[in-house]
Amino acid sequence: MASRSGQLVPLPVSVDDAESAVVVHTSQLVRTPGNARVLAGVDLQIRAGEFVALLGRSGSGKSTLLRALAQLDQDVPGSGELAVCEDRAVVFQDARLLPWLRVLPNVTLGLERRTAAARGTAALAEVGLAGRERSFPIQLSGGEQQRVALARALVHEPRLILADEPFGALDALTRLKMHALMRELCARHRPAVLLVTHDVDEAIGLAQRVLVLESGRIALDEAIDLPEPRSQRDPRFFAYREQLLAALGVTSSP
Amino acid sequence: MTSLSVRRAVAADTSAGKPAQPVRPRWTARRHLPYAAAIGPGILLALWSVASATHLLNPHVLSAPWTVFETGCELWRSGKLQAHLLTSASRAGLGLAIGIGVGTSCALLAGLTQIGDALLDGSLQLKRSVPNVALIPLLILWLGIGETMKVVTIALGATIPIYIQTHAGLRAIDARYVELAQTLRLSRWEFIRSVALPGALPSFLLGLRLAFTAAWLSLVVVEQINAISGLGYMMSLARSYGQTEIILLGLVFYGVLGVASDAGLRWLERRLLAWRRVLAN
Repeated sequence: MASRSGQLVPLPVSVDDAESAVVVHTSQLVRTPGNARVLAGVDLQIRAGEFVALLGRSGSGKSTLLRALAQLDQDVPGSGELAVCEDRAVVFQDARLLPWLRVLPNVTLGLERRTAAARGTAALAEVGLAGRERSFPIQLSGGEQQRVALARALVHEPRLILADEPFGALDALTRLKMHALMRELCARHRPAVLLVTHDVDEAIGLAQRVLVLESGRIALDEAIDLPEPRSQRDPRFFAYREQLLAALGVTSSP
Repeated sequence: MTSLSVRRAVAADTSAGKPAQPVRPRWTARRHLPYAAAIGPGILLALWSVASATHLLNPHVLSAPWTVFETGCELWRSGKLQAHLLTSASRAGLGLAIGIGVGTSCALLAGLTQIGDALLDGSLQLKRSVPNVALIPLLILWLGIGETMKVVTIALGATIPIYIQTHAGLRAIDARYVELAQTLRLSRWEFIRSVALPGALPSFLLGLRLAFTAAWLSLVVVEQINAISGLGYMMSLARSYGQTEIILLGLVFYGVLGVASDAGLRWLERRLLAWRRVLAN
C-alpha cells in the first residue's frame, strides 16, 4: 500500500487477500528519478494468474515501472496509487546468485530452515537442475544460472513474479529453451507474471496480454488471443507482431 | 571476389601443412621454473659462502654461513633458541589475536550500524595515519616497559589493517545483492550471515595478511626495548658482544616466522575462498 503522494488514498482493490482477483493495481503512477518524468501516470491492473508482457523501447521506463512494483525504488520521488501483493518474487536480468553459496542454499535463501532443503531440491528438479545442488554458481552456464534464479523465485510459491528481461542476456538457443520452461512452470503454478522484455516475439509467444510503454504511459494494452502451442508461422502471430512493432515505432519493412 | 577466396584457401592450406606452433607472448617467461623462488637466495648464499671462505669478508662484519648454522645448532641443543622463539611467537600471537578481535568487531559495528560508524570510523581512520611506532613513548608512559606494552603495541598495529580492510569490504557489498536480499525479505541477521560477511571475507583476509606483517614489524621494534627474552633480546645481547652470527640467526628466524605465517594465511585463503577457484581445478 505504498502511496508516495502523502495523502491517504483508499485503494479500490485488495491485493493481499489470497482470494483477491487482482495482484497489481496502480493508478496515475508517477516516478521521477533524477527529476526526469520517467513514469508519467501509469494505470495498470494485473489479475491473479495473468501473464503480462511489458514492451517498450530503451528508456521508456520499463525497468522503472518494474522496480516501482517490486518496491525497490524507495528513494525515487513520485506519486500515485500503488498496491502490489506481498506474495511476490523478482527475477533479474542477471541471475544474481550469491557466488559464495552453493546452488541449493542460493535457492533456499530466506526460507524457513526446517523445510528449506526439501523445497529447494524440488524447485531445482522442476527447472531441470536436479543433482546440481552442490555446485557453485560459477560452475554453471548462463542459462543454468538463470534456471537457478527461477527456482529461487518459484520456491516461495509467489502469486506474482516480476521479471526484468530475465532472458535478455542469454543466447538465442538457450532463450528458446527458457521460454518453454517458463511456459511449463506458469502452466503448473499459475502465478501472475509481469515480464519486462524488448523482444516482441518473446512477448507474443508467452503472454496473454502485452503492454507497450511509451513516454511513461501505457500506450497499448493488447490481449493476445492465440491457441497453444503458439507458432510464429501463424498469420495472427504475424499480425500481432506488426501491430506491436508499429506501437514501438518500428516499421518492419525496410 | 574469386581471387580473394582462392588466396584465403591457399593461406589456410599452408598453415594446415605446418605443425601448429603454440602461440606465446614473446616477452613473458616461457615456463615456470621449478623452485624459481629459491634461485636468487641460493646465489646470494653461494656468494656469501665464497666470500667468507676466501676471507674477503671479515667475520666481525658478517659471520660465515656455517658459523651461523653451527651457532644455531648449539643454541638449539641448549634450548635457548626455542625459548626465545616461543616468547617472540607468543607475544606476536597474543597481540595479533587481540588485534584481530578488536579490529573485526569495530569493522562489523561501523560497517553494519550507523551509530557504530559515527562513533568509530573517524577515530580509527585517524589512527591509521599515525605510525604505530610513534605511539610507543606514550604506551611506555602508560603501561611501563613490560610485557603489556609490547603486546598492546602489536595489537594496535594489527587492529588497523583488519579494521580498514574489513570495513571497506562491508561498505563495498554489491548493491545488487542488497537489492536481492530486499526482494527475498531476508531478516537483518540472515543478510549479515549470507550476504555481508561472505561478501567482506576476501577483504578481511587481505586485512589479515597486512595485520601479520604489521605484527612482525611491531614485534621487532618492541623487542629492542627492555626485553629479557625473545629473538630481539637475543639479537640485542649479541650486538653488545659483537656476535654477528647470532644477529644473523635472529634475522633468519624473523624471516622464517614471516614466511610460515604467510603460508598459513594462503592456505586459509584457499580454503575459505574455494568458491572462487572451483573452475581452476
